[in-house]
Amino acid sequence: MIEFKLPSLGADMDQGKLVEWKVKPGDVVKRGQVVAVVDTSKAAVEVEIWHDGTMLEQLVPVGETVPVGTVLATLLAPGETPEQAAAQRRAAPAARPAPKQTAPAAAVAAPISATLAQRKPISPAARKHARELNVDVEGIAGTGPHGAVTVEDVEKAAAAARAGAVPAAADRYAEMRKAIAAAMSRSKREIPHYYLSETIPMQRAAEWLARENEKRPVTERILIGALQIKAVALALAKTPELNGFWKNGTFEPATGVHIGVAISIRQGGLIPPAIHDVDKKTLAELMRALSDLVARARAGSLRSSEMSDPTITVTNLGETGVESVFGVIYPPQVALVGFGRMEARPWSEDGKLFTAPLVTASLSADHRASNGIRGARFLAELRERLQHPEEL
Amino acid sequence: MKRLSYREAMQRDPRVFLMGEDVGCYGGCYAVSRGLLDEFGPERIRDTPLSELGFVGAGVGAALGGMRPIVEVMTVNFSLLSLDQIVNSAAAFRHMSGGQFSVPLVVRIATGAGRQVAAQHSHSLENWYAHVPGLTVLAPATVEDARGMLAGALADPDPVIIFEHVQLYNAEGDLPEPWTTDIRSAAVRRAGRDVSLITYGGSLPKALAAAERLAGEGVDAEVIDLRVLRPLDTPAILASVRKCRRAVVIDEGWRTGSLAAEIVAQIAEQALYDLDAPPARVCSEEVPIPYAKHMEDAALPQTEKIVAAAKAVIGSEVPA
Repeated sequence: MIEFKLPSLGADMDQGKLVEWKVKPGDVVKRGQVVAVVDTSKAAVEVEIWHDGTMLEQLVPVGETVPVGTVLATLLAPGETPEQAAAQRRAAPAARPAPKQTAPAAAVAAPISATLAQRKPISPAARKHARELNVDVEGIAGTGPHGAVTVEDVEKAAAAARAGAVPAAADRYAEMRKAIAAAMSRSKREIPHYYLSETIPMQRAAEWLARENEKRPVTERILIGALQIKAVALALAKTPELNGFWKNGTFEPATGVHIGVAISIRQGGLIPPAIHDVDKKTLAELMRALSDLVARARAGSLRSSEMSDPTITVTNLGETGVESVFGVIYPPQVALVGFGRMEARPWSEDGKLFTAPLVTASLSADHRASNGIRGARFLAELRERLQHPEEL
Repeated sequence: MKRLSYREAMQRDPRVFLMGEDVGCYGGCYAVSRGLLDEFGPERIRDTPLSELGFVGAGVGAALGGMRPIVEVMTVNFSLLSLDQIVNSAAAFRHMSGGQFSVPLVVRIATGAGRQVAAQHSHSLENWYAHVPGLTVLAPATVEDARGMLAGALADPDPVIIFEHVQLYNAEGDLPEPWTTDIRSAAVRRAGRDVSLITYGGSLPKALAAAERLAGEGVDAEVIDLRVLRPLDTPAILASVRKCRRAVVIDEGWRTGSLAAEIVAQIAEQALYDLDAPPARVCSEEVPIPYAKHMEDAALPQTEKIVAAAKAVIGSEVPA
């Protein structure tokens, strides 16, 4: 028997609300499949499962808020029978932490004593559809005849749940602000930051990109930001101590380069979901992944792996017009790379003075994991990589 | 239109003849058979005495004897006199003879109100006939069907009752080929997705008008013309209801024990879990149809009532 537990979807998450089950008991699930949607304080996140198996029992009902680590469901391993699973469970009854009871969960429990006359009017089709969508139909306000809940009401409620609008927008903003505050306070409290910056000439990169984009349809054009992210990924090869996590008093290097991209969302929210294996992606693949990630982050449909495992974060405040940004590291990561705006400024090279598009790149790094000289090496490598855009 | 279809049928098959009150010299009380007497002669265009029991019975006998009679009954109220011949004879012979005899009889009956002819000439009793196994009951609501259904009815080896609503006799429309239409299926007269307006015969124009009005208010109504009242095209009804999730059945018969009641029962039996609201009915008030114009209008399903019922099942307006 496999236990599917609520994963931590970021350092700032200690509980989550189950918004939707994407699979039913009896469904066969594959490693990497999205099986549930969980509302964190930041977003509604699609949670993937990391085992092949068959969904056996869903222990946490939709609408319930439970702590990280709670067993959400049990699954049969491939080849396992329900009887074997039951025997295993009897042998270890304590292995299942009791889900935390919360007020909304109590409200979900149907009032069994309700008489027919007091019953909330719910159309048969709406009731059926709500079951299919795993929406709590009792909690939906009806707009049909005599205030009955209709299919449309259910669909709206489900869409709202997916978009993460279940808590009122203002509440969500407050929650997200609280989460950012907790993570950033922890970062500044625990992480001894050091900051470095480097001005990088972008003439070659910009010219090369302009030529490249001429060959591409408008929808496939690559932004300079994608080049910067790719250059960061490649530059990290020489300074792996910037790519990983500080955990339990020691540095754990990451096995891949998963770059968290800081994305602003409506009402002042900020999410840094990851693009996986950036160093192995082509620019075109990276650009597609970036566009997709931004769209989904703003629609509130991110996946759990994207939320939980960035190994370094890149923030780009160039669009807003600042010259440079010195960011706060997102724990347990150990570094954050910032880019300011790109603009033409005086520049000298080979004894000549001219104007060139420049950008200021910065590094905020955890001094526990690396020293300034390694950080400087990284920025030098980053600058070098951006002088050879064709190799990115 | 009916006249055209009569002429075609009589030219095509010498076994076809027409009889009924005033069909010959007078040309039919709705002028349906005007001119046919001159063309086909008194052998095939036969005026009958005022005796529905007698001449419908004669039609049953002629059909048993190998003819293809078309019998006209002036109103459905009068047809009650002939119920014995239709229910106890025509509908039952195939069954009672173990399949040895069939009754290829077509009975044309005018039905419905709206002409200020009061309580003995205005009722809609289609459901009485649609109740009876052994009969096929048709209700053309368009010019095309009025013309095309007769050929299908004559081709049927068993008795077919055709109900023609008196308000539709003066309807005009284009006549596309082919001139025969099927007598098995319902038709979607207007596609929509919000509410299914299920109706037939004289109520079809009212339902279509209601759908137009609803469209102006952002409600996309589908209009189903049943066309065949027995056997009902249940799959077509359910398909529409499953799509729209709301249904209003419009039937000029009285509500209690109506065809609308049968349709609502079928919806409840087979599509309950696809419904977003209880099905609604717009039927005639349970009174003998009044003579006075304003009272007659008030007693019948009208476009305003259909619009109100549709809005009520959608929920934008709570019914009074």
